[in-house]
Parts: sequence; C-alpha cells; structure tokens
Amino acid sequence: MKTVFKRPHALKDKHMHYCPGCTHGIVHRLIAEVIDELGIEGKTIGVASVGCSYNNYEYFNCDMAQAAHGRAPAVATGIKRVNPGNVVFTYQGDGDLASIGTAEIVHAAMRGEKITTIFINNAIYGMTSGQMAPTTLINQVTTTSPFGRKPELHGYPLKVSEMLATIEGAVFVERVSTHDIKNILNAKKAIKKAFQVQMANLGFSIVEVLSSCPTNWGMNPVKALAWIKENMIPYYPIGNLKGKDLEV
Amino acid sequence: MGKKLLMKGNEVIAEAALRAGCKCYFGYPITPQTEIAHYFAKKMPEYGGTFIQAESEVAAINMVYGAASAGARVMTSSSSPGISLKQEGISYIAGAELPAVIVNIVRCGPGLGGILPAQGDYFQAVKGGGHGDYKMVVLAPSSVQELYELTVEAFNIADKYRIACMIMGDGILGQMMETVEFKDKEEIISADKSWALTGTKMEREQNVITSIYIDPEVLESHNLKLQRKYKLIEENENRVEIFNCEEADVIITAFGTVARIIKNVIKMAEKEGIKIGLIRPITLWPFPNEAFEKYATVPKAFLSVELNAGQMVEDVRLAINGKNKVFFHGRMGGMIPTQNEILDKVKEILKG
Amino acid sequence: MTGHEEIIIAGFGGQGILSAGRILAYAGMLEGKNVSWLPSYGPEMRGGTANCHVIISDEPIGSPILNTATTLIVMNAPSLDKFEKTVVPGGKVIIDSSLVERKPSRDDIDIYQIPATMLASEMGNLTFANIILLGKFIKQTGIISKENFAIALEHILPEKKHYLIPEEIKALEVGMNYCE
Repeated sequence: MKTVFKRPHALKDKHMHYCPGCTHGIVHRLIAEVIDELGIEGKTIGVASVGCSYNNYEYFNCDMAQAAHGRAPAVATGIKRVNPGNVVFTYQGDGDLASIGTAEIVHAAMRGEKITTIFINNAIYGMTSGQMAPTTLINQVTTTSPFGRKPELHGYPLKVSEMLATIEGAVFVERVSTHDIKNILNAKKAIKKAFQVQMANLGFSIVEVLSSCPTNWGMNPVKALAWIKENMIPYYPIGNLKGKDLEV
Repeated sequence: MGKKLLMKGNEVIAEAALRAGCKCYFGYPITPQTEIAHYFAKKMPEYGGTFIQAESEVAAINMVYGAASAGARVMTSSSSPGISLKQEGISYIAGAELPAVIVNIVRCGPGLGGILPAQGDYFQAVKGGGHGDYKMVVLAPSSVQELYELTVEAFNIADKYRIACMIMGDGILGQMMETVEFKDKEEIISADKSWALTGTKMEREQNVITSIYIDPEVLESHNLKLQRKYKLIEENENRVEIFNCEEADVIITAFGTVARIIKNVIKMAEKEGIKIGLIRPITLWPFPNEAFEKYATVPKAFLSVELNAGQMVEDVRLAINGKNKVFFHGRMGGMIPTQNEILDKVKEILKG
Repeated sequence: MTGHEEIIIAGFGGQGILSAGRILAYAGMLEGKNVSWLPSYGPEMRGGTANCHVIISDEPIGSPILNTATTLIVMNAPSLDKFEKTVVPGGKVIIDSSLVERKPSRDDIDIYQIPATMLASEMGNLTFANIILLGKFIKQTGIISKENFAIALEHILPEKKHYLIPEEIKALEVGMNYCE
C-alpha cells in the first residue's frame, strides 16, 4: 500500500486548539513539512509569539521559546547569535508583528539577522476577540472599529512586506495566501525558500501569509477563504517582493 | 591576584562580565552607564561573543531572554528610565526562569529626571518592578573592586538559581576610577543547562522556554516552585557588611556609594566621642534581616541614609520589627548628603 | 612619601582637567597609595566647566566625593569662586594666573599663582598648562615622585600622544621650579 498522506515528523500528533476554518493549522503543517524536507528538525528553534498561536510549541517538535508580545524577532536574535548554526524562525500574527512589534521586526531586518519570520496576516486580532489590527481593511468591521475602519480615523492598512522589502538586510520577502490549494502549495515553496535563504546565511527572510479568521470575521470557513481572495488580495497583492532569484 | 589597575567603574563591570564568561551583551545608550557598552563593543570580538546596540531597551532585554534561552551567559545594562522599559522582559525572564545579569546605574527620577546619582529605584528592584510575583537578586556594590567581584558573582548566582541578578550602582560608582585587582582566573560555577534551546539534534525531547501556563493549577504550582526557590536564595545568598556596630550609639544603614560617605562620618563622629555603626546591605534582595535582628537593641536608634525619599528604610523597619526607633535621612535629585549634614542628623537623634 | 591629599581640579572643558586628575590618581597608585578619581558629569558639564575630585591616601578611601579639599587647582575664574571655600585651613590653592586674575581672599591657605597657560604657550603647546600646574602640586606636596608621574603619563595619554611625553616632563619641571 502506498502512503499518500502522513503527518510530518516536525509536527506533534496532537489535536490543535484553533477554531474551525482557521488557517493557522495549515501554515503549521507547511512549516513542519519544510523542516522535514530540509532535514533540519534537530537544529531548528522556533519562537512563538502572543496571539492565537502563543502555544504552538505544543504542536512543533523542535526546540521553542515563547516570546513577549511583539518581541519574537529580538528573542530570535538572541538565540541565533548564540547558536549561529541553528535555524531560527519566528511565528507572529499581525497584532504582534505589525502593531506592538514594529520596532523589533524592522530592526531585525535592518541588522539582516539570519532568521526567518512567518507572518500571519488575517487583518484582525484573534485571541483578544476581534479588535482592529494595523492590517485591518478599509470599512472592515471589528470590535474596536464597529462602524468599519475609516481612513480619517484609523489610517490605511499597513503593507508590511512592501515596507520591509525596502530594507537592505531583508533579502527574501514574499506574500502568499492560504485561500486555495494552489496558493497553499506556493506558500510552502516560499516558506522553504525563506528557510534556505537563512541556511545560506544570506540575511533576514520573511513570508507574509494571508490567512483567515472565520470566528472574528463572523463568517463560515468557506466564505472566509473567499473573503481573502476577494478583499485581502486586491489590497495585499500576493507574490515575491524580493529575493526570488537568490541562489540557495 | 594580578596587578593593580586604575579603572572606571562602568568599564570594570564590562571587564568582569567578560572574565565571568559573558558571551552576549545587548544594550541601548543612556547616561551614566554608556561606557559599559563602549567597553563591550571594543572587547567582545576578542572573546568571540556578541555585542548588539539594540533598537530599544525593550528589544535589548528580549535579546537577553533569547540568548539566555540558548544557554549563554548574557548581560544588559541601563540606567533608571531604561530599566523601567526593561521591566516587562524582566518579568518574563523571571517567569521562564532564565539566568541573566542586568546592571542599573541608577540616576534621578521620576520621568526623565536627571543624570546624577540616586537610589530611587530601590523599590523597583527589590519589590518587583514588573508584573507578577517574582524576585530578582539585587547586589549593591560600593567600590570599584566590589563592582568587579559582585559582577562575577552575579553570573554565578544567575546560573545557579536560573534567576535574573541585578547589579545596582549609581552614577558615582559608574563614573569614578579606583584601583582594582583582577584574579588570574575567575571561579565560574558549572551549571546544568540541559534545558537550553540548542536544537534537539533528534536525540532528546523538545525543550521549551515559556512563561505562560494557562491552566490555573499548573500556574499556581509553577509559582509555588518559584517561591521555594526564592526562599532558598533568602537562606543562602544574603550578604552584608557590618562595621563598628558593637556598642554603637547609633547604627546607620546605607548601601552603595552612600555607605562610603557614612564611613567618613564614623571617623568624624569618633573625634567627638560619638560611636556610629554601619550596616551595609550588599544584597538588597535578599535583605540581610539577621544583621538587623542581631543589633536591633544595641544602639539608641537606627538611621537609614539614602539617595531617595525613604525606600530601604521600610525594609529596615520590617527587620527591626518595632524593637528600636528607625529614622531616615535622604536627599534627591542628584544631591549628595554631606558628612556634616549626616553627623548633625545623628546628633539630633541622640538629643532625642 | 606619606600623606593624604584631597584634590579638586577645576576649569573649562578642553583644558585637560579630567586627564590631569587621572594622571594624579594613576601616579598615586604607583606610589602604593589608595586612590579615587571622580569626574563631574551631568548639568555641571554644560557651559563647558569640568572638575574632578581626586583622593590619594595611605588610608582606605571612604567617600570619593569631596566636600573639602586639601588642594584646589583652578584654571578659570568661576571655579575659583565656586571652590575657594572648600579648601581646608592650611590647604593649597594652585591657580593658572594667566586665566584667573583674582587672588583668593583667604589668608589661612597657601596660594600659588602660576601663569601656566602663558608658560605653556612659550613652550609652544597650550595643552601643557595643566601639567605645569601639576608640577607645582607635586613639588609642594611631595606625595608623588617625578618618576611615577612620568609612568602615569604613559598610561593615561593615548598612544598617539606619547611622542609629547618628553615635552610634558619638561612642562612638569617648569611647574616644579617656578618661583613667583
């Protein structure tokens, strides 16, 4: 009998706590598959952040640290500088990375830290129950923008990847999506490349993953995936912003 | 012992750290402690370690968290406003039980305050400046030689108990030069760091460094474990200098630079037939209660002299526990009490 | 040579006030004495004034902060105004009289007025003024030998200025031998 589907070794055999239709689980799996394929589980160290994925060390098999809100890139910097031979990644949401942690992510990129950041952009705060994020779209209703995000009140959504791509030390920047199979496969390719860029000591790498939050968006999982495609991608175009042709 | 060198307090801290095997320093510039960073920036490459001028004190303390997670001996330093910014990270370091050394060369507050010497951060350091029930060991050197010895000691204590250890100095101690004699080799304890994040190498279970425990029963037992550790440290690690206390008319209590002024006051007082003793806590936490208990009824009164509005005096009163009168004399804003001023205060107390 | 000296050196920033103090402290250490050096930092520094407190003693040093001085060395008028009262009766004031016209008003202290900046200028290097004043200090107190002063210079001066040391020693001698 041929095995067509199995759990990657880098992922624990554990039921995840994420809501139905949430794409965190998919991204965890993609990271784990990449770790398996690159054969780096034994030298990978992850840094969990604050948000729904605060305890993703319960799901990954590699060594992991849990960081204060927004500080994962600083924690990862400390780890990587002590153990330059390890592969170090941070896993951060949009509240963590694009709001409270802007200084840390920008400066980790500026220093060209040899770390990889997986940035989950679902345009909303999940764990604290649906507040507006810096990445919340115009007119998107959240618990702290009950009348929709208004540019005159809240400004425009932050395009993190575009911003980071202007930084010399950020050598690989790509935005991907999880709304269908083709894009999920592309997301995996990008994550793999980001890790390889780190392993080749080329600099800082980040993959922004457009993700869904059916619970806080107030829609079913299928509609949520469609919402990514119809609303998020037009504002946050998917594709490589930097480092597509890097030899790794 | 090696030969005598004349060095600035701040530089001695950095040199001592390097000798103690500190492999990472993360900091952000702030007066009056910046020479520490300058020294590390210059010397760290020789030791094959990491020096990073971080984007903020917040980032620096989180880099400390990361490097300590990875098992390295690591230090950050700052001065009061910067230490306030580090409090979040210190609380996480306490929760995750990471060894780290944090230097506070205290300046005046509140707010931006001023850059002259002060001791207004005593409460913040010993009562837990960040959130939650935690402690860190706080060492208060009063000479450049002691800065060296206690910095080395701080790394050992941090490793031994997996705890943050603070060196609390002030602008005088950081800026002054004094002779220092380094040992040929430091005594470095070997601590078990099998908990560190180094990668599993597929040979062991995953290591996790975290401070979050969502289950209340688990979190309470984690807290109880921390409290047991703090109790152990209280029993084993308190340090104090007792000087001239037998038959003292008044015992003055002071830490850091102020204790040096008191030694001058003691000499002045002797000439006038007044006997003053000194109890100088070297560890501010754990507080050396036993020393106060021992001498509680010896003098006519205690006097705590501090560069603040009265902070350590509260711990002195708790230690004396009503067995004697405890007076306070303090200056703020970078003003330093003169010897005459302190002697006058002692005379006033003795007059009753 | 035995003794106990509490020295305040004060003047403008750039006159070598702080390094003069460091040289004394280092030389004092070479004499086998306890030493401390405490620079002014902070608001005092603004407006260009600088001072340092140096203690050289056979006894262990208590406070490095001086409320009184056995010797005051001043290189500008505001410093004389500020610190004259700190000198203990019987203490010394050494003044760069090229820069400070006023004579101290007290009669219970020994006063040495040396046109150090002018003498340094005659030697072709204004930065020697502080060394000339220190020359007077070591002559009058005897707490530091010329030999140890020379060794201290080597340690305190940055290497790129070591070529100046023979000249600095000459400046020291000018100060030591100066008679009013």
